[in-house]
Amino acid sequence: MTTKVETDVAIVGAGPVGLFAVFELGLLDLKAHLVDILDRPGGQCTELYPEKPIYDIPGLPIVTGQELTDKLMEQIKPFGAQFHLGQMASALHREADGRWRLTTDTGTEIVAHVVIIAAGGGSFVPKRPPIAGIEAYEGKSVHYAVRKMESFKGKDILIAGGGDSALDWTINLAPLAKSLTLVHHRDGFRAAQHSVNKMRELVDEGKVKFHVASVKELHGTDGALEAVTLAGADKKEWTHATNAFLPFFGLTIKLGPIAEFGLNLHENLIQVDTARFESETPGIFAIGDINTYPGKLKLILCGFHEAALAAQAAFHICRPNEKLRFQYTTSSSNLQKKLGVA
Amino acid sequence: MKIHATDRNGKQHELEGRDGWTVMEILRDGGLDVSAECGGACACATCHIYVAEGWYQKLTPPSEAEIDMLDMALAVEPTSRLSCQITCAPELDGLTVTVAPE
Repeated sequence: MTTKVETDVAIVGAGPVGLFAVFELGLLDLKAHLVDILDRPGGQCTELYPEKPIYDIPGLPIVTGQELTDKLMEQIKPFGAQFHLGQMASALHREADGRWRLTTDTGTEIVAHVVIIAAGGGSFVPKRPPIAGIEAYEGKSVHYAVRKMESFKGKDILIAGGGDSALDWTINLAPLAKSLTLVHHRDGFRAAQHSVNKMRELVDEGKVKFHVASVKELHGTDGALEAVTLAGADKKEWTHATNAFLPFFGLTIKLGPIAEFGLNLHENLIQVDTARFESETPGIFAIGDINTYPGKLKLILCGFHEAALAAQAAFHICRPNEKLRFQYTTSSSNLQKKLGVA
Repeated sequence: MKIHATDRNGKQHELEGRDGWTVMEILRDGGLDVSAECGGACACATCHIYVAEGWYQKLTPPSEAEIDMLDMALAVEPTSRLSCQITCAPELDGLTVTVAPE
């Protein structure tokens, strides 16, 4: 389904820096839409270290990734930004009228005067096991996610991993599979204990097979998997027949489609100036970990500063005929009204 | 202290360890391709290394959290560790590690 929206600014990435950009844009009456591949805001803060304390946010001696995200969400609430979560920003094109059209992999189109890329290291994507030739099977018989359970009906399924995804899908797919085998490098799991217990029950009932093993090779033709070579803890190898392989090793960060946006990249980072944090493509800004400039530090606090300056520059592009009056939230009743506190 | 590290291309590096730094930080500082996405919070398994036989046993054993996080690493071997969880110390002079594939 295609959703087409028009706004002032499209923001790629709903991590702390993208969220704070909403605030700085909002003070200037600029509306924003955010796109993020994760299904919740916070980026690395909530995906990688929700419980870990951060000590270098000015004014917050100690705050966890989740707390910082929650506070930012509260701070930007007055500005009603629209979130397009679970979507990857996949293409960027210039419209005839000079605006930008940002398209996502699920078909959302955001037409905006300005695009701010706050994508950190890129997109969180599933980790791909280092098995030769695995790419040829991806999407056909190797899957990193289960979109439709029905498509696995009657298959000889092989699941690899020891986390919640591996165990949950072992439990959920076992009833409709012809056979289901779980392999993991140890007889211990980081997944929730009740899932581990359930899986062990299924093993005891003979409905699931479990091996301490890892997948070494894939065998098949034209993306249709027929068997894999497994290696046990003792390095002994054997062949295992399967036609659906689901590796679940969590997520990793890859730059992804941003590399194809036609921007000037230096070692996978977007080069910007330090007055506006605009890329060499006018109207496209980059803030936070994804940008580079002399003296760059990958710190959340630096991203906040970059967001503030990028918002000022964005104003002049979005409102070319208006004068920007710089105001302080402490003293401006106009800003306080926008924030809903006056 | 010295750390002997083999990168993903099989090239060997001799790095100078620093007391109190983690092996992950030394590898990155030495220019090796270790993404360490979470920055050393034991939350991503992208600083996965193999420790040479003999050295593995001399290290402080992995915590429960590290063992769990290794479940998210690829191509785990019996001497797998997360390099962000190993702190440099004088007794580790000569530590020999290999960066795991990703």
